[in-house]
Amino acid sequence: MDKKIARTASAGTVESSDCLVTVSPSEIFLFEYSGPNSTAFKKRTDTLVRTTLEQYGIKQASITIQDQGALEMTVRARLAVALERATETTNEE
Amino acid sequence: MKMTENALGRKVPLEVPGVGAFAPYAGPFATINALNPFSGAVHKVRTAQRGNKIAASIEEAVKKSGLENGMTISFHHHLRDGDAVMPAVLEVLQKMGFKDLTLAPSSIPDAHECIADYIKSGLISRLYTSGVRGRLGKLISSGEADIPVVIRSHGGRARAIEAGQISIDVAFLAAPACDKTGNMSGSSGPSACGSLGYAMTDARYAKHVVAVTDNLVEYPLAQNISIPQYEVDQVVVVDSLGDPNKIATGATRITRNPVDLRIAYNTFLLMKASGVVRPGYSFQMGSGGASLAVSIYLEEYMKNKNIVGAFGLGGITGHMSSMLEKGLFRTLFDVQSFDTAVTSSVASNPNHTEIDSSWYANPFNAGCLVNDLDCVILSALEVDVDFNVNVLVGNDGVLRGASGGHSDTAAGASLAIVVVPSFRGGICSIKDSVKSITTPGETVDAIVTERGILINPLRADLLESARKAKLPVVEIHDLKAKIEEMTGIPEPIAYDESKVAAVVEYRDGTLIDTIYRIK
Repeated sequence: MDKKIARTASAGTVESSDCLVTVSPSEIFLFEYSGPNSTAFKKRTDTLVRTTLEQYGIKQASITIQDQGALEMTVRARLAVALERATETTNEE
Repeated sequence: MKMTENALGRKVPLEVPGVGAFAPYAGPFATINALNPFSGAVHKVRTAQRGNKIAASIEEAVKKSGLENGMTISFHHHLRDGDAVMPAVLEVLQKMGFKDLTLAPSSIPDAHECIADYIKSGLISRLYTSGVRGRLGKLISSGEADIPVVIRSHGGRARAIEAGQISIDVAFLAAPACDKTGNMSGSSGPSACGSLGYAMTDARYAKHVVAVTDNLVEYPLAQNISIPQYEVDQVVVVDSLGDPNKIATGATRITRNPVDLRIAYNTFLLMKASGVVRPGYSFQMGSGGASLAVSIYLEEYMKNKNIVGAFGLGGITGHMSSMLEKGLFRTLFDVQSFDTAVTSSVASNPNHTEIDSSWYANPFNAGCLVNDLDCVILSALEVDVDFNVNVLVGNDGVLRGASGGHSDTAAGASLAIVVVPSFRGGICSIKDSVKSITTPGETVDAIVTERGILINPLRADLLESARKAKLPVVEIHDLKAKIEEMTGIPEPIAYDESKVAAVVEYRDGTLIDTIYRIK
């Protein structure tokens, strides 16, 4: 049951210890990671994004994460909510 | 640069080109306990004509001061982010065509980004300071601002000035109130800032002193003379010393952040259990959220138990001056007033004493006040399993803090407590090894977090008292592992170890660490 990105949606905030995840429709996979920890947790967040998209069956999406020092579980939750908001199931169309 | 390994296993240079030779750190009290290896500098006497010392402008004062390329200039940072004097003087010096100066202020307010430009222009070619933040920190850490940087504690700077390692040629001292002969005070006038403690040392030892004021008072200045006329060569009157809103920051509110409040409460419990809160005790706290919040619990306890402390020390907050007013401390020794709630206390309370930085924390005099401290509460950017503390380098490896009185008070106080949240910005605050050592773990007795109290194994007595009082004592490695389960471990920072961004002096003048550029 693959999903596709129907609209731009985001979840999270730019408060300290949170992150703002924005998901947009795109022809290809794009990932932009910024914020104070974007060097320290580059690999970890990259893996998290790729595996999450795989679980959702999404190949094409533009993902932007502004990381203000969020824990990994926070990034995961924010990403999931942003994806839920941005997707609709192909079956319903 | 020829490097050697110091007593903490950190590589430090034996000589910093353009600055001079340094000895490696050998232990917190090794140099103090050995014969004093430094001879005092000989200071020139000078004479002045009777009458006033008013110079028409900063430029005029610079010309008369005899300042030349390659010399050392200094400023104080008591006006905080509101200070306009340092930028104004540097602008004049730049226009007059000066170059290759050593900038040796007591510290650099966050607002002074212009210094980065004057490093690039060649006006400043060596920097001695307590800390660097903001854009300046980034430029030094990236190597864009490529000059030798020496970080010193407040006590270490006083020592270096008295011993002649920092030889100030011209000090430009912002004076919130000043008369025509140079008597000046920090506690009155539109730019009042409270104590002028750090400026006092510069005034005493600089070869030439220029007072810069926006408040020329009738001669003689009658009250609270921080710096006397016989140390001041010239007086310049300007329209304004800076932005009054940023000079006069209101009293810091007590935090409502539950993490900080938990840290504060744990800290209070540890102080109580250690027995340090007793009649006649002495105390210093910082202005950070958790540190400040300790005073709520402390105040209530001292009132209930009728405990009166001997003195409060250091950077003084409005909360400390309020405790003085309530009779909870007999006196305050104030080297720097943190907020303007303090200014009226400095001006009017006879038990509120302005002290200079040498009296505060210089390890090489006949006895500084930090040596008589019973308890100090300090903050940290990060700590390590050996209880070393870093207050200079951020999680990204960039310079973003100030040494201040951290290592001085930790070495002096009987009970030095470091308060830090267990993780911050998604990164565990307890490391295997801190990125840069500001304060050696040997002088840190306990680290208090919201998830438990960590006690230095060197302090078995303190551990026993804390256990007896059933405090939440945790082993430092255990807490680190627990936090890292949540935060993960960040990728290591890529430093360029062939390029030194700054060296960190311990208070005794030895080098405790080296801060490298980031790649």
